[in-house]
Amino acid sequence: MENKKNTSEAHEWVYSPSLESTSHIEIKGKYELFINNEWVAPTSNKYFDTINPADEKVLSKIAWANEQDVDKAVKAARKAYDEVWSKISAMDRSKYIFRLARMMQEKARELAVIETLDAGKPMRESRDVDIPLACNHFFYYAGWADKLEYAFPNQKTEALGVVGQIIPWNFPLMMAAWKIAPALAAGNTVVLKPAETTSLTALKLAEIIKEAGIPPGVINIITGHGDTGEAIVKHPDINKIAFTGSTQVGKAIQKALVGTGKRSTLELGGKSANIIFDDAPIDQAVEGIVNGIFFNQGHVCCAGSRLYVQENIAEKVVEKLKHRMKSLILGNPLDKNTDIGAINSKEQLQTIEKYIQIGIQEGAELFQCEGTLPATGFYCKPSIFTNVSQSSVLSQEEIFGPVLTIQTFRTIDEVIQKANNSPYGLAAGVWTDKGSKIFNLTSKLKAGVVWANTYNKFDPASPFGGYKESGFGREGGMHGLGAYLKIIK
Amino acid sequence: MLESNNRSIFQTINTASPIDKVGVEERVARFQTRSIKDDAKSQGLKMVLSMIDLTTLEGKDTPGKVKQMCFKAHHLHDLHPNLPQVAAVCVYPSMVAIAKKSLEGTSVKIASVATSFPSGQSNLEIKLADVKFAVDSGADEIDMVISRGKFLSGEYNFVFDEIAMIKEACGSARLKVILETGELCTLDNVRKASDIAMYAGADFIKTSTGKIQPAATMQVTYTMLLAIKDYFEATGKMIGMKPAGGISTSKLALHNLVMVNEILGANWLHNEWFRFGASSLANDVLMQILKFETGSYQSPNYFTLD
Amino acid sequence: MSNLEVLKTYKLYIGGAFPRTESGRFYNPISKQGEVLGNICLSSRKDLRNAVVAARKAQGPWEERSAFNRSQILYRIAELFSDRKEIFLKEFQKQGSSLEAATIEFSTILDRMVYYAGWCDKYNQVLSSVNPVNSSHFNFSTCEPMGIVALIAPPSTALIGLVSLILPALAGGNTVVALASENLPISAISFAEVLNDSDVPAGVVNILTGKQEEIAPIMASHMDINAFISSDLGSIENPIAIACIDNLKRKFTYFEDFNLPESQGLNFISDLQEIKTTWHPIENIGGSTSTY
Repeated sequence: MENKKNTSEAHEWVYSPSLESTSHIEIKGKYELFINNEWVAPTSNKYFDTINPADEKVLSKIAWANEQDVDKAVKAARKAYDEVWSKISAMDRSKYIFRLARMMQEKARELAVIETLDAGKPMRESRDVDIPLACNHFFYYAGWADKLEYAFPNQKTEALGVVGQIIPWNFPLMMAAWKIAPALAAGNTVVLKPAETTSLTALKLAEIIKEAGIPPGVINIITGHGDTGEAIVKHPDINKIAFTGSTQVGKAIQKALVGTGKRSTLELGGKSANIIFDDAPIDQAVEGIVNGIFFNQGHVCCAGSRLYVQENIAEKVVEKLKHRMKSLILGNPLDKNTDIGAINSKEQLQTIEKYIQIGIQEGAELFQCEGTLPATGFYCKPSIFTNVSQSSVLSQEEIFGPVLTIQTFRTIDEVIQKANNSPYGLAAGVWTDKGSKIFNLTSKLKAGVVWANTYNKFDPASPFGGYKESGFGREGGMHGLGAYLKIIK
Repeated sequence: MLESNNRSIFQTINTASPIDKVGVEERVARFQTRSIKDDAKSQGLKMVLSMIDLTTLEGKDTPGKVKQMCFKAHHLHDLHPNLPQVAAVCVYPSMVAIAKKSLEGTSVKIASVATSFPSGQSNLEIKLADVKFAVDSGADEIDMVISRGKFLSGEYNFVFDEIAMIKEACGSARLKVILETGELCTLDNVRKASDIAMYAGADFIKTSTGKIQPAATMQVTYTMLLAIKDYFEATGKMIGMKPAGGISTSKLALHNLVMVNEILGANWLHNEWFRFGASSLANDVLMQILKFETGSYQSPNYFTLD
Repeated sequence: MSNLEVLKTYKLYIGGAFPRTESGRFYNPISKQGEVLGNICLSSRKDLRNAVVAARKAQGPWEERSAFNRSQILYRIAELFSDRKEIFLKEFQKQGSSLEAATIEFSTILDRMVYYAGWCDKYNQVLSSVNPVNSSHFNFSTCEPMGIVALIAPPSTALIGLVSLILPALAGGNTVVALASENLPISAISFAEVLNDSDVPAGVVNILTGKQEEIAPIMASHMDINAFISSDLGSIENPIAIACIDNLKRKFTYFEDFNLPESQGLNFISDLQEIKTTWHPIENIGGSTSTY
């Protein structure tokens, strides 16, 4: 757990703090709205604080956009679409997006540090996962801009126009990339609203957009709270809404779109099953459990939050998992050795703690490693619950934290049934050494992404999205283009 | 002496779970992101030094060469006080007596390779005689090689029995069993060979002879550490581990220690249970220690090459 | 202070280095205006042999790099090419183009580099398939590069013809042994310098200068070359085609005018790809098969 200072054991080796330097980064005291490549004050003159969840200190003040600001942004995006973005060659669109990708790569370390400060996620993850995936997403889609005819053979496509995009706080910059890159490659212009607890990297991206010379109005970044998002959803001159967030809000958005003719894609919650068979590579499967539920503190829509382990190896797996958990280091997200960072907000921490209590009340057995949490900031120990059943609240509702439920199964039919027995269907993990079993399972599991002998792997070339109430539409890959185009012939 | 027709041993070996190499590579990559700084680095570097088996295994080894290396073993860098001694020296059986005399009065152990090192391609009689020669000359530890040809032909009983008999011939000397992982190729083979060696009586399992590439990769070391952990859980017995060959930088050595720390725990962070088979590692560690203490990057010119 | 020009020597590009031809010979290519372009290496069969050895050594590692990595390298080629605009404009004009034509050729080449960079991590998605076979098997077809591609640059462009043939081969994971245009060879070597600076691994592209009638037949008959591409070779087209048959090289002749912006596309990549189809059984679970 947290690095202890002194110990009676002769050989104990405690890692000293290894903090990433923050001396080279720039966070302004206040950020305005980014419209037409300019920084524009919000009409209401209202700002809100964004804090570092690791120590609760204020990082900056963020503009709070209202309906009028949203209207300005949409108008800017529409003008840019009509006069520039739909007129320039596809090759030029491609080159602009490549420029963005390359410039983000140049500033990767600064972006990673700011992401860690604003979101609370470990430095190692920002540096090695979030920021590279964000850069690479732009790089991948840049190359599609002038090749759309190959993605839709024998069909003619056209951009939708202006798209409104609302993204969550769990992978702030990466989500911005997942939304903006394909939209631009397909020829649309964008109004993007980052999550209120994590606006900073989107605003740094705005600086890069301007520096890269992207024509004004093509990408507009509008910060604010839920009401800002609502204003975007309701704006009449937006052709499509893309939303990633909770299922509850997703349904509300979909309702608001009824009868408007607007297109939409939703990437919502999940309660994904991670399934370990007795012929699995067990040590790697245990790593897969850890990656599945403790990566990003479990703030992952596709987190492997329901573990199903074949009964004859259950005890061994749980023992190994507990041992592995002991080497997870929880602490300051800026420390390069931290594995488990801060929970993104006080609210989210309260939600997680509520579920942990429910689990205990339901009679499930909780295991957490020993150790104390830091005195300030929002933290939650990685937690696993055994003695959980299919009808426990804990194994049905999305917790969105580092909390794993563990159930056993006897046969493959049983686990397929249990895994699919959920209104969600975002992802699933399958651990077995037998190839023929894998291919059958992957076709039977009702989930948009199936990971075999791995978990939480993402790539710009690989389509991602859910079944059922986990949402619809795919992001990434060739299949991610369709959401941003209409077929006109 | 253990017998290879002991069913439970082979049950354990045959029902071991498969190993996914890509998963291993990812786990290893994550170990390599551990950032060891300040006190942890200083402590770690000194631990590394104390775990080195200073090695010379050349056809052209002479008494002169061995004596000078032995001196270095307990005089790593006299200009700097309070440095530990290395754990052991590792030499051919013919040089054991010389090493023994050179290291009299120190706590540096004498490890000798044996059993027709490095190939192991001879008969049992010769191998046992080889061990006896080394032990009689004063070796504290014997580094044997397994019969890889027999292993790859599937003759696991043979491999097991051979180790058991060598262990017996060692007497009170500790036995390190070299798997020569570069020839075993797959991690599944490495795991199987590790299990066979431990159940047959090894005190240490060791990756390589250092004569071929690849030698001690982190993936292989990781696999062997997990084998040791499972064996400990099943039997309560601690087994030592020695990666040999290919670890020439402090950074790599520290990452190996991170693995030991996080898989086996603090009890193994001692040269009784973990060694580095290396020749040039010591100087790199010394340079790192000096850099840590003075703040300046060092030059090889200031550290002796023996 | 001296203003005396230091004259550039144009050498070959083999295995990530710039050696002279092992034969020591030279020739004087003449530009469209009748100007001698320098003492250019007259490559021999041995240079070709060495180039193929380098290309073969580099091919496995090049193919094994991720598509994304190749895409970044190709984009870097564009970055460095863009940076050296003045050099190439000067050379194109030296070889007989007007400034206007040179500028057009330059920017078409640049766009083509960005174009193919963007294909590296996508062509396999477009060309692959999961095949719905009638038995309980997961069956998929994907692309694999052919290996070493020998190419003869179209004779009458300073660079765009050569680049238009090299880039799709490269994007697709092949390695290349190229013969520059016989009479307009110098930009090919300057282009090799761009490649060398762009993180293109040694041996992935090899460029020779010299005479088509001497080198082409050696390429065509070399048993370790997997594909041969060129524009129309005129009178030697048929003999070359026949020589390619010995190891069944895949041979493609392109009639496009590469000066045109539309002379690029997926087919240039797919021509140099093999298709591999793999079968893997799918278990029946609970009496039902899978739905692939």
